[in-house]
Amino acid sequence: METAYLIETVIKIVVILLVFSALAGIGTYFERKILAFMQRRLGPTYVGPYGLLQVAADGVKLFTKEDIIPTNVVGRIFKIAPVITAATAFMAAAAIPFLPSFSIGGYEVHPIVADINIGILYILGIMGVGLYGPLLGGMASANKFSLLSAARGAAVFISYEVVTGLSILAPIMIVGSLSLVDFNNYQAVNGWLVFSQPVAFILFWIAAFAETGRTPFHLVANDHEIIDGFGTEYSGMRWGLFFIGEYANMFFISFVIPLIFLGGFGDGSVLGAFALLGKMAFFFFFFLWTRAAWPDVRPDQLMMLCWKILMPIAVINVVITGFVMM
Amino acid sequence: MNQEQLNDRNVSENGYFQVDIADYPTTNWGRFKRVIDRTFKLELFVGLWVVMREMIRFDTHTIKYPEEKMPIGPRYRAVHKMQRLWESDTERCIGCGLCEKICISNCIKMDTKIDENSRKEVSEYTINLGRCIYCGYCAEVCPELAIVHGGEYENASDQREHFVDFESMLTPIDVMKEGKQLEFEGFGAITPHEDERVKKTPLAY
Repeated sequence: METAYLIETVIKIVVILLVFSALAGIGTYFERKILAFMQRRLGPTYVGPYGLLQVAADGVKLFTKEDIIPTNVVGRIFKIAPVITAATAFMAAAAIPFLPSFSIGGYEVHPIVADINIGILYILGIMGVGLYGPLLGGMASANKFSLLSAARGAAVFISYEVVTGLSILAPIMIVGSLSLVDFNNYQAVNGWLVFSQPVAFILFWIAAFAETGRTPFHLVANDHEIIDGFGTEYSGMRWGLFFIGEYANMFFISFVIPLIFLGGFGDGSVLGAFALLGKMAFFFFFFLWTRAAWPDVRPDQLMMLCWKILMPIAVINVVITGFVMM
Repeated sequence: MNQEQLNDRNVSENGYFQVDIADYPTTNWGRFKRVIDRTFKLELFVGLWVVMREMIRFDTHTIKYPEEKMPIGPRYRAVHKMQRLWESDTERCIGCGLCEKICISNCIKMDTKIDENSRKEVSEYTINLGRCIYCGYCAEVCPELAIVHGGEYENASDQREHFVDFESMLTPIDVMKEGKQLEFEGFGAITPHEDERVKKTPLAY
């Protein structure tokens, strides 16, 4: 392993960490503004122009708040749980090509930390590990509502891992690779996968809402009990880490969906790079849009939707794809 | 929003209408029909369109409170005011003490004296706003329409006992000279068409 590669990788990791930590903060700003506009409110307006510095104010607040560890909690697990959420969210980013490769002064830069040959499996696996954040946090909190929320979150997550995996199987069969870069290159030649795999696209998109725990499937927050959920006992930056994890996850899944189904960055031109960012922005916006428009489903409805509707459709899709390919 | 809109409680003429909501289906066939209905009517996308439409219209109904304020109804009972006579610009209060007597939370305290023209004059008059429950009895009982309720509702204080005195409640003399004293339309005040509604006492017929 040469030194230049090591340095390049470290720089890429640092850049991704910095950019997406900042984006997670700005994501909360966008969420509040867009939700406010859709609900005919104004959102944050006081801190900075158009409330832009609200993110900084929130950051200061989170960092300076007292870090409360309640009595009766399982201390170590309680402390490590938010770190799991945030860390796994960023670890998943390692196999995502954020931009087409470009060259600086003759040096070819690939904006992907590690183009491993099991890219998609790695991303889905690491996002699956992210479940341990809410689960352990809720179980260690010594709070019944946290526990309920954690159990419900785990149920949602495990169900939808099945749909995610099965829906992504058909595109993988077509492309014949698990690397997102290969997906992108395949689509640059053969056209977008959403046209040949529309069902898989819809299924993966639905499952993405469950993966990130966003609104139609936002069961980790106990809205019905008017209690925040697994984060009830958390305060200060530990609670903030859960949020950074959630928003980073939203951004990464918003990159993954276009990369798999919507052509990614295309042929690698500058236009293609902007197109990928545009698609990412649309999917991120859609997360906020649905939150303004749609109600949450009940846990039993959600399970029914997953096991009785989406999973059979995914299996049928895989079978039909297989027959067509033969 | 103007005052007329605020006071109009006649909801049936304000564009309100009953939403037509079907009953829940009880039979399996009904449930099946509902599923088909919901699937192919694409109700979810209607919801998406509604919020998007509101975002594009950008017609926020937020009132930026400290800078903007809602108009307040004339019958609202906030911090008291002392009115002046239109004829002579002197205060209307004759020091009768009825407001002090009727005050159910004992927050009005007044002292009177005989002045040099041997007229009764108020020498001390304070209201403890920390105790006042803004019931409006003082304004209702006042025979001269001297003490009334104003629209000033921002009376938060860092003290539990928070007094206003006679001078601060009294209409400023320059406002009075400009003829800008607002008559109180609210609790205990004379209603607008009182002259037409006045009847002779039964003894006269």
